[in-house]
Amino acid sequence: MMETEKVISAKELTKRFGAFTAVDKITFDVQKGEIFGFIGANGAGKTTAMRMLCGLSLPTSGLATVAGFDVYKQNEQIKKHIGYMSQKFSLYEDLTIRENIRFYAGIYGLDEEQIKEKTAKLLRQLRMEGQDKTLVRALPLGWKQKLAFSIAIVHDPAIVFLDEPTGGVDPITRREFWSLIYEASARGITIFVTTHYMDEAEYCNRVSIMVDGRIDALDTPANLMKQYAATSMDGVFLQLARKAVRTGD
Amino acid sequence: MKQFLIFVKKEWLHIWRDRRTLFILLFMPIIQIILYGFALTNEVKNSKIAIFDQSKDEATVNISDKIAASRYFNLVKNVYSYKDIEATFRKGEIRMAIVFPRGFRYDLLHSNHAQIQLIADASDPNTANTLTNYATSIINDYQQTLNPGEGLPYTIKTQVRMLYNPELKGAYNFVPGVMALVLMLVCAMMTSIAIVKEKEMGTMEVILVSPLKPFRIIIAKTIPYLLVSMLNIASILLLSVYALDVPIAGNLGLLIAESILFTITSLSVGILISNTAKTQQTAMFTSMMSLFLPTLLFSGFMFPIENMPVPLQIISNIVPAKWYFIIVKEVMIKGLGFAAVWKETMILIAMTAALLGVSIYKFKIRLA
Repeated sequence: MMETEKVISAKELTKRFGAFTAVDKITFDVQKGEIFGFIGANGAGKTTAMRMLCGLSLPTSGLATVAGFDVYKQNEQIKKHIGYMSQKFSLYEDLTIRENIRFYAGIYGLDEEQIKEKTAKLLRQLRMEGQDKTLVRALPLGWKQKLAFSIAIVHDPAIVFLDEPTGGVDPITRREFWSLIYEASARGITIFVTTHYMDEAEYCNRVSIMVDGRIDALDTPANLMKQYAATSMDGVFLQLARKAVRTGD
Repeated sequence: MKQFLIFVKKEWLHIWRDRRTLFILLFMPIIQIILYGFALTNEVKNSKIAIFDQSKDEATVNISDKIAASRYFNLVKNVYSYKDIEATFRKGEIRMAIVFPRGFRYDLLHSNHAQIQLIADASDPNTANTLTNYATSIINDYQQTLNPGEGLPYTIKTQVRMLYNPELKGAYNFVPGVMALVLMLVCAMMTSIAIVKEKEMGTMEVILVSPLKPFRIIIAKTIPYLLVSMLNIASILLLSVYALDVPIAGNLGLLIAESILFTITSLSVGILISNTAKTQQTAMFTSMMSLFLPTLLFSGFMFPIENMPVPLQIISNIVPAKWYFIIVKEVMIKGLGFAAVWKETMILIAMTAALLGVSIYKFKIRLA
């Protein structure tokens, strides 16, 4: 069997705020090119865990490496090798599509030549040629989200973190969005995605379900459904989430 | 460094796209200078008065003419009884009335003792005081002409020289005040709004995940506003020199350097506000409440600080605009050099360092 490459590896990763343990000894690995679903109710600790992996927050204890870099000492290196898209899709509304691409490509250190090339490719891929001077404000929500995702991976990161990327979008656009995710994954970019939509969880290669700061289940969607005798991921999630002590915020 | 410039350019695009705000930013100081310069003046000019002359002799006519001819007064009415005076005051037609008693000239020449009554509307005490002072000095002036050359044997004459502002123009006081107010508002309010906007839009999170250093992001966001503020300084100075005849007595370079320092202080205030505010509205209200009023009240521009109760005097010390106001007055109006303002400059530098220190500290906590 071929040795798979781990791009994220967490061992007993923990984050405490005072007496409150937001993330409680989570352990998992994510393979290169995998689409890894990170699921949990509000307040389960998803965002805190993700912030630690993105280098925005230092863990209290435990070990983790992202793209081969240590989250304690090398978060500057980590930041260069990851992409990020937040739940509020994160483009500048008062800038044009081209200006947004330029800005994000520029802060990741791409040079003029690369930026030009990337911009053309990206516009072609999103079928937005000729619209590069449109203000982002004028785009429909679905387009904005697809654009935001493409910009999040404009610098070809090893991993892209997506924090509830499809909130408030219709099912058709969501499916189109997921085809972009599959494309990126096929190019070898690892996808780390949190979501509330259980049908989306089924699109993932593997899914972890967080309850009260712990990972209670981690497997492929098919195995999880078998294990919990459920017909959909919704059923799996409800069984696990009911055990939660914490209430969402 | 290249990434930094890309960020500054992006920030500039934000300002440039929002033409309306840019327009307000650039024209607010001009409009303020014009407003304060021509409308909100507290100089007394053309005050309406009435005269009740019961004597109608050479002396009273002379005095009346002198008063009516002065630029301070505008004689609107001759009245013929005390009742008339009261009625005219009630109607709000006049600010002051002058009453000459019967036989004024006779008293003046024969008993060496004549009286004039000045009745002023003291519902506005400052104006009432000023008006009676002006009138008294015109009357004294007339008295001098009565016996030229031969002064009384033992007289003390006061000789008044109004230093730095011989014409007692209000502009000498409010130009520095408007500079402090405008710079504080533009810098603090606009930067805090601009930073909080990124938080609200969710873009702040994304750029924090990028390789840009957090504090560089903040500095990059403030640079365009520093440029806008420098344009404001230029427009205020040009207007004050060419439209209001307030000359720059001191070193222009020093004045500009001190203004840039104060701009940086104000930007730091904006950064601190943006650290605590979660929405643009909060940022705006916090800036308005915590900056506009204190700057107006405690800079010494509208109300003299020495007249305030001690606790308020102490509070005024933490208002950066107070120190900048002093610096501008010393340098621009009095023409003094750095030696006269080094203390105030040090205070502003210390305030800026403290504000930035607290901001960095809070920023780090948020990231931990």
